[in-house]
Amino acid sequence: MDAFVQLEGLVAPLDRANVDTDQIIPKQYLKSIKRTGFGDYLFDAWRFLDQGTMGMTPNERQINRQFSLNQPAFQGASILIARDNFGCGSSREHAVWALKEFGFRAVIAPSFADIFFGNCFKNGVLPITLPAAVIDDLFERVDAGLTLSIDLKTQRVTDGDQAHSFEIAPALKEKMLNGMDDIDLTLAEANLIRDFEVGHRQRQPWLFRD
Amino acid sequence: MSSEPKTLYDKIWAAHEVGRRADGNTLLYIDLQLLHEVTSPQAFEGLQLADRPLWRVDANLATPDHNVPTAGRELGFAGITDEIALEQVVTLDKNCKAFGVQQFEILDPRQGIVHVVGPEQGATMPGMTIVCGDSHTSTHGAFAALAQGIGTSEVEHVMATQCLVQNKAKNFAVNVTGALAQGVTAKDLVLAIIGRLGTAGATGHTIEYRGEAIRRLSMEGRMTLCNMSIEAGARAGLVAVDDTTIAYLHGRPFAPKGELWNKAENYWRTLVSDEGAVFDAAITIDASAVAPQVSWGTSPEMVAGIDETVPNPETMMDAVQAESTALALDYMDLQPGQRISDIAVSRVFIGSCTNARIEDLRAAAAQIRGGKVADHVTEALVVPGSGLVKAQAEAEGLAEQFMQAGFQWRSAGCSMCLGMNPDQLGEGEHCASTSNRNFEGRQGYGGRTHLVSPAMAAAAAIHGRFIDIRGLG
Repeated sequence: MDAFVQLEGLVAPLDRANVDTDQIIPKQYLKSIKRTGFGDYLFDAWRFLDQGTMGMTPNERQINRQFSLNQPAFQGASILIARDNFGCGSSREHAVWALKEFGFRAVIAPSFADIFFGNCFKNGVLPITLPAAVIDDLFERVDAGLTLSIDLKTQRVTDGDQAHSFEIAPALKEKMLNGMDDIDLTLAEANLIRDFEVGHRQRQPWLFRD
Repeated sequence: MSSEPKTLYDKIWAAHEVGRRADGNTLLYIDLQLLHEVTSPQAFEGLQLADRPLWRVDANLATPDHNVPTAGRELGFAGITDEIALEQVVTLDKNCKAFGVQQFEILDPRQGIVHVVGPEQGATMPGMTIVCGDSHTSTHGAFAALAQGIGTSEVEHVMATQCLVQNKAKNFAVNVTGALAQGVTAKDLVLAIIGRLGTAGATGHTIEYRGEAIRRLSMEGRMTLCNMSIEAGARAGLVAVDDTTIAYLHGRPFAPKGELWNKAENYWRTLVSDEGAVFDAAITIDASAVAPQVSWGTSPEMVAGIDETVPNPETMMDAVQAESTALALDYMDLQPGQRISDIAVSRVFIGSCTNARIEDLRAAAAQIRGGKVADHVTEALVVPGSGLVKAQAEAEGLAEQFMQAGFQWRSAGCSMCLGMNPDQLGEGEHCASTSNRNFEGRQGYGGRTHLVSPAMAAAAAIHGRFIDIRGLG
């Protein structure tokens, strides 16, 4: 997994609450058997005026000029600001793959849905929770071309001379800073799992079919 | 043994704790992983690239469901005209064969929606931890199993280690007193609960549904209820074990037999929250006050009773809520103050992991009463949750009733719940749907979904609009 240590980047706004993963990456693009190729379809029904299908490139599409991510001011943004409960709905990790491939490495919102939040940490995308009032303020200033600097080590989002600190579970922080592989970490405890399994099989033998 | 009273969730969690890490995370053992074609290929690929085996082959069970066509099923793979969808279904098949995973393949009569198939086979058992790369895995909580939706990286992690690394969630009690009125179902109840909690109301929690009204529900009803826990933000929902649970499981193909059954049953009956167990949050709902629900917006929390009206964003105090409501009404082409019973539908979908079990199909068929699908309803689909549900509905004569009334009778799959297969809602069409999400475009580009119970959907098909089915007998 890609590590996340620091990021300085342009901010783009998505001024909606309860943005669900069906909006982040619509179902017609979930048929791929790969982890890549989703960026072109991020927020597809909002970014484009026509109905897209897998394989189409943005050049072939009718761009929705009104949508924030299509406005010239936000091109090249790597930080997305959003409202409450971002990433609700389906567990599709494709949502995070699409955000990342499009160029976002951090999403800042007052709250996130659980599964999406967890999926971010599997892909080196940092979800940051900040108070709604701070986010209101970011939304007010984003049109002027807002650049934020995020430092995961110190857990701070710096905005000119203002700094906002954010909370993050130590384990997730460590994993992001080092880009560690979850499976390797768990397999280091393989003996513990095997020992548990022996007892578990004795206690609930009906759970084992072999 | 004296100890603190525990919730059901606490008990299942404790029984699966492999170890606790210094950082506070738990290594949680997983008993069953359900697999389907959409969220598993990248995980299998990851295993292959790293040359890792499946930790426990017998703890996995697969079936294709999300993008299988519901018409022309007898053609098998050849019936899948979308090449990309075909590749995904074929890839699941290849992966299951390569790794030795049991699969109910596309032509197997046991194929169906994973969350219908698991319980139907008795593969879902009380006290289990269950995962699947699908957020509606919460369905299995009806059996007092801790069942959660996970992303593809976690699917791969469970394949390789049989564990999840997780922080324990909080306990949320949803107490439902009294009894549901005639014509009001578990679907209406869960929509009413989501309407009250909001779509993020239970984020970070595991919900336990408790109380008299829950005890009265069948297993099918409990599955419907737990299925939509995720729509209130909870990763998992639970219902304690009782006689209804035990009776449902007895004799199922995967359920233990003989002496092992007795041992299992003794354990399963302990899977209830202890008297005095403490919940971090709780709400109480009076079941008798719940009307048939219809969603009017683009989030499952945007629901109203059949006897109510579409809300007015201009009277809302919260600016974000008012904005969300205005956007939703615009997308849905509804007016503030419009009566729910005045919303006309042109499509009907009866199916999905929420409502495609035999009881759902019976409730829907009972609303036909010799009527026909209304003229302006261009398509009314009935998609059973599994091949076995389909066969049973045919044996009971339900399929015949649906077809005579003008409904289309299809083969099992997720179908128009998410429109990954050819069953899709057209732009601007209003659909009475027994599925779980009314998100923009969920059922088809520009489609307008109204979430309802199977009985309400069938009645809407016949009348061409939503009607109050209470008191219709």
